[in-house]
Amino acid sequence: MKRISIDPITRLEGHGKIDIFLTPEGEVANAYVQVPELRGFETFCVGRPAEDMPNLTNRICGVCPEAHHMAATKALDALFHVDPPPTAKKLRELFYSIFYATDHTTHFYALAGPDFVMGPDAPKEVRNILGIVGKVGMEIAGKVLKMRRDGHYLIKMIGGRPVHPNWGLPGGVSRGINEEQRAEIEKLGRDAVEFAKFSLKLFEDIVLKNPDYVKIVTGDIYLHKTYNMGTVDANNHVNFYDGKIRVVGPDGREHAKYDAKDYREYIAERTEPWSYLKFPYLKKIGWKGFVDGVDSGVYKATPLSRLNAADGMATPLAQTEYERMYDTLGGKPVNHTLATHWARLVELLYATERWVELATDPEITGKEFRVLPTETPTEGVGSVEAPRGTLTHHFWTDERGILTKVNLVVGTTNNNAPINMSVKRAAQSLIQKGKPVNEGLLNMVEMAFRAYDPCFGCATHTLPGRMPLEVTLRGPDGEVIDRLAQNMD
Amino acid sequence: MSDKGKLALYWAASCGGCEIAVLAINEKILDVANAFDIVFWPCVMDGKVRDIEKMPDKGLDLCLFNGGIRNSEQEYMARLLRKKAKVLVAFGSCAHEGCIPGLANMNSRDEIFQFVYKDCPSADNPKGVLPEVETKVSEGTLHLPFFYDTLKTLGQTVDVDYYLPGCPPEPERIWDAITAILTGKLPPPGSVIGAETTVCDECPRKREEKKIKEFKRTWQVIPDTEKCLLEQGIVCCGIATRAGCGALCPQVGSPCIGCYGPNAGVEDFGARMMTAIASVIDSNDPEEIDRIIQEGIPDPVGTFYRFSLAHSSLRRSNRAGNGKPAAKEEAEVSGR
Repeated sequence: MKRISIDPITRLEGHGKIDIFLTPEGEVANAYVQVPELRGFETFCVGRPAEDMPNLTNRICGVCPEAHHMAATKALDALFHVDPPPTAKKLRELFYSIFYATDHTTHFYALAGPDFVMGPDAPKEVRNILGIVGKVGMEIAGKVLKMRRDGHYLIKMIGGRPVHPNWGLPGGVSRGINEEQRAEIEKLGRDAVEFAKFSLKLFEDIVLKNPDYVKIVTGDIYLHKTYNMGTVDANNHVNFYDGKIRVVGPDGREHAKYDAKDYREYIAERTEPWSYLKFPYLKKIGWKGFVDGVDSGVYKATPLSRLNAADGMATPLAQTEYERMYDTLGGKPVNHTLATHWARLVELLYATERWVELATDPEITGKEFRVLPTETPTEGVGSVEAPRGTLTHHFWTDERGILTKVNLVVGTTNNNAPINMSVKRAAQSLIQKGKPVNEGLLNMVEMAFRAYDPCFGCATHTLPGRMPLEVTLRGPDGEVIDRLAQNMD
Repeated sequence: MSDKGKLALYWAASCGGCEIAVLAINEKILDVANAFDIVFWPCVMDGKVRDIEKMPDKGLDLCLFNGGIRNSEQEYMARLLRKKAKVLVAFGSCAHEGCIPGLANMNSRDEIFQFVYKDCPSADNPKGVLPEVETKVSEGTLHLPFFYDTLKTLGQTVDVDYYLPGCPPEPERIWDAITAILTGKLPPPGSVIGAETTVCDECPRKREEKKIKEFKRTWQVIPDTEKCLLEQGIVCCGIATRAGCGALCPQVGSPCIGCYGPNAGVEDFGARMMTAIASVIDSNDPEEIDRIIQEGIPDPVGTFYRFSLAHSSLRRSNRAGNGKPAAKEEAEVSGR
């Protein structure tokens, strides 16, 4: 059988790899997205003091250390049976909202934007962030850089360091903020809301007003009818920091709503011999293979999933945009993977609105940002919505708080099965009998997994917004029949 | 062809934080682009392993390599880039000392696999499936790199010219290092590019006399905001850690955890830290000293070798071969 190996010369080379197999007739038989890396955090964290976990698990991902820091810190609250004071919870959510706004900005402008702003068929030389600047103007580059610079500056101000913060503790945080800091956070937050509104306007002008793009977004190539997972607050509104995990079916019906601590009743993780990354699925539905539908336990945990799993947004501007998105795309749930980019911008707006709400909360500068645990530590689960999916940390300790067992279900891992399915479907749609494999395939395949912003493909956080990809067409004995490349030379 | 130098950046077993730190030098990245042709940077831009392979030896002027060596593919890349680069820099804590992923050297490959794929409480794996280097699926064969028993630092894998510490290095220190390289103002090969002082020297907290009767864990105490954390009984690693970050963690009320590695002239961070801790304990009674340490520092390896186990003289928990690759691993590497 012929094989197409996509060896991206980017993060995906060291940390991800795609193989597409063709039948003798030249049609796609199957596709595999492999993750060739493992570091073994769950094993080597055993024996460490539990309070080290926010700092140890930061190092799982340098792109979203804030998510691990926060999930671990919340797991410590549960482990030590301590309820942080309101100021602590608000500070954590403020910090987390700033992180979200920063991370979503990077993804949209550096990565997803070029396909839409420049167009999937634009010459590759301009299909990057520099192309966007050229088309939309230098002003936009300044706005994007400011958003990212402000975000990192505030993450460092609040959490101690711009990468790998050192701040979370059971029962609170290690330091609060003063009025001068609060005022600056509020000011930059108001700028961020304007930036988010500008980003949605840009999406409307460039994508929604172009029927060709709307057709791509709503077409069949990127359609997957799977379950959707996300965290919701008491009103079933999207929340990144805390709430219950809600799962809705491809038909929009609620499958489950549960406390993060009960995750093992609802999800399980499979192992395939061809990847170091496990494949979670919904336990009560069961694993039926890499297939869509209400009878398949495959689920997604992405910005679009979070919106599908919720009944709305908790802030006014984001709620308006949420309604507009579903009105435009024909109601809930939306199962078109590419709509994830739109959902990400709705979340960006929510994150910035929440940032301002919290920065103007009278309690945010409170001095009670920490309480000391008094009970013996036992077991605790902490969960947040990482930008790339629901993130769960589960710790067990002895009575001194020394870890005896650790389980981590990480954001992108949730999406391992759907990413494989999306790549296969995109490949099947493009590679057909008698149709030459061209550069378009590469971009279409890339767009299939780029929507997930996969962490193992942090290539997705690229400056040019384009991953160099190489497709090698091999014969049955592995000899190279043809080679195609984009962004290679 | 441009007469600019050729620069490569690569990541192995790391988290991507080093990349984020490089990008955080902001507009100075353009200065880097003016000085170098960036020919290979998987995270951020164009590049191909095939072209690196085709380059003449020493065809790269500079390679900044982050991440430790956890599997056969990473070892292949380390050897390749060493051969091609005139100057190879171990960039960041993982390449320098193994960093947090190096704590896995307390466990074996089998132990890691056993938990992750079989014993893990959310695992569904009744048949005990494990990832394999080669898997036959109905359509063909799939390959994965070989996962080693021991994580090695870059310096334990190939010759390294310079080390840049930090998890990740602060953007300002990255820029300092690039400036040093551009102007040729470099220390002797094999050196760490960094400050000669310690984190304590740049920490604004007030220091008086260190006399510790009891160590406290961070969750057990709300420390005074002005006073030295170590003097308050919190194990702060600033005393043994190289300066460079600006003492960021102590300024938000958290102890230094040692990510910048040992201060100048010290090879084994843990040994230095243990000496420092011993010297501040206010007792001459061996039994009391023992009790103070055991009660307050329940995990000496994780406390003193948090970032440096792979690099340390301990290197890993005691096993046959002491971390040297087994014959099978060697075969995997040479077979690539």
